Amino acid sequence: MAAITIEHLDHYFGHGALHKQVLFDINLEIETGEIVIMTGPSGSGKTTLLTLIGALRSVQSGSLCVLGRELCGAKEKQLVAARRHNGYIFQAHNLHRSLTAAQNVQMGLELHSQIPRREMEERAARILERVGLSDRADYYPENLSGGQKQRVAIARALVSHPAIVLADEPTAALDSHSGREVVNLLHELAKEEGCTILLVTHDNRILDVADRIVSMEDGRLTAQNGRAVEKNRTNSINTVLQST
Amino acid sequence: MLKLIKSLKRRTPLGWLQLSHEKTRLLVALAGIAFSDILIFMQLGFQTALYASNTRLQSHLDADIVLLSPNARNLVNLSTFPRSRLYQAMDVPGVETADPMYVQFSDWKNPQTRQKTSILVIGFNPDRPAFELPELQEYADEMKLPNTVTFDRNARGAYDEAIAAIDRGETVKTELENHTLTIAGLYEMGASFAADGTLMTSDRNFLRLFPRRRPGGVSLGILHVEPGRDPEAVAQALDAYLPKDVDVLTKEGFIEFEKHYWATNTAIGFVFTLGTIMGFIVGIVIVYQVLSTDVRDRLPEYATFKAMGYRNRYLLGIVFEEAVILAFIGFFPGVGVSLGLYALTRNATNLPLYMTLFRAIQVLTITLIMCGISGAIATRKLQAADPADIFG
Ligand SMILES: Nc1ncnc2c1ncn2[C@@H]1O[C@H](COP(=O)(O)OP(=O)(O)OP(=O)(O)O)[C@@H](O)[C@H]1O
Ligand SMILES: [Mg+2]
Repeated sequence: MAAITIEHLDHYFGHGALHKQVLFDINLEIETGEIVIMTGPSGSGKTTLLTLIGALRSVQSGSLCVLGRELCGAKEKQLVAARRHNGYIFQAHNLHRSLTAAQNVQMGLELHSQIPRREMEERAARILERVGLSDRADYYPENLSGGQKQRVAIARALVSHPAIVLADEPTAALDSHSGREVVNLLHELAKEEGCTILLVTHDNRILDVADRIVSMEDGRLTAQNGRAVEKNRTNSINTVLQST
Repeated sequence: MLKLIKSLKRRTPLGWLQLSHEKTRLLVALAGIAFSDILIFMQLGFQTALYASNTRLQSHLDADIVLLSPNARNLVNLSTFPRSRLYQAMDVPGVETADPMYVQFSDWKNPQTRQKTSILVIGFNPDRPAFELPELQEYADEMKLPNTVTFDRNARGAYDEAIAAIDRGETVKTELENHTLTIAGLYEMGASFAADGTLMTSDRNFLRLFPRRRPGGVSLGILHVEPGRDPEAVAQALDAYLPKDVDVLTKEGFIEFEKHYWATNTAIGFVFTLGTIMGFIVGIVIVYQVLSTDVRDRLPEYATFKAMGYRNRYLLGIVFEEAVILAFIGFFPGVGVSLGLYALTRNATNLPLYMTLFRAIQVLTITLIMCGISGAIATRKLQAADPADIFG
């Protein structure tokens, strides 16, 4: 079954004279477990599409089905519920300043009320170990490097085993080495969990992790070259294996 | 309830973590709350002390229950009621004694300056002491002598020389209502809002001084209940039994009656209430400043929480958690400093300023309300936390 199905999706910003269409008739299907990278020039509407899929904005027209739930016409409460199935990774790490790395990661679990405190702590510790930050668990974000912060953010996004991971330029603020590291990590963890990833990036160096690359131009999806990437994929797994 | 405790236990104490992480902000908030609590404590303290010092006469009254006219407004405007009500009161089970007291506001010549000054004259049966003032009882026999009175040592006005003369045993005479009075002795009471000073004498002397006052028109009925009886219950029985031309109050009720008059008919209550409200508002403003700065600072963090799927309610919870924590930890330095200021004021002014558990709880409640209001206003800023904004 497709994790995300988008049909005839349009989106507008502003009112009156400022009324402006930014997404035009988007059609896209992403299979469960697929890693899709979306590229495109600045202002083409990538982030807008991502926020719509992530239920961070209301869908105005067309159909957007995430994990079998229609988001078009969904109430605020349903949107909030839908967000809980997603893990988000932002360009800025957006960690909470007053929480340690471990506490930040636990916030990704506290949402799920059936998980007891003990288990929350254990799972947070485990995933921090997985991203190589066990020794930084009690550090506040201000004392972590950019790459370390982004790794904590990945741990926070993935600790609750989300079905879908949405990432918006997760490497933009990082140097190429830590950018690569972060993407590899994301790739590995996601593959282990079997989750679907939609990743927006300008960074050509990380395209190889994708199963498929789609590109956006002026609010329209222009190319969906699944095949071209298919070859690269073998390379990408090699790179991942080498780097770990 | 159990569910709530359980969910609190697994919850990350974000409010506390956020506050304790921003030390300067925390200190500003604590200083603000402590300051506003001190203001409120001082206002309430002064108010209570002033009322207490102005109801000394009522407090010294040796009575369990008092009867008074429904027209009575305060100590110097008591009006009168028929003396027969006192005899009727004796019919009510539990009443042991019922004696009349006569009160009249008048002018006398200050024995020292010979100037006309107002004075409150009180007459009662000297054999049944109407006040818990040991000195007064020593002069019971003197007060029975014609035109002989006792005087308040702590009266407000220029009386120091006259008092010194009486203490030396000299006879001090003065004039009231065309009678020449002899001051036989002194007792200690103190001035009030209503009267700068009081004179006490026997009921007979009183009626002689004020011929227009009839023995049948009583200002105040002084009642004792039998030992072991609850004055409250006896007062209720009296109220039910006696006609409507007389009101029944316990001693506490009588004190409250006087306080109520001054609280509602003068600016005293207003001034102190205003002071308390000022403290309250200062607190609200400071706590609001701190909380709203905190919210504004953390909007990206809160928006991230929203994007993760946290409800708005959760964010409201954080802000109110901060408000409650601030209220509690700001309150304690507030009480501490107020205790010190109370002691200082007591030593400097003789005003009975004391910290009571009741007042501490009262101010803690006010502090919680104060912080709650600030928190509620600060949460409006939360609406600006839009999860769609955080994807750059
Ligand atoms: N909240 C908003 N109100 C009005 N217009 C908006 C809003 N957000 C985005 N837009 C506009 O919508 C268009 C698409 O923006 P979007 O952020 O989706 O682009 P993007 O592809 O993510 O660009 P970038 O690569 O620079 O991040 C842009 O023209 C932008 O100006
Ligand atoms: Mg963008």
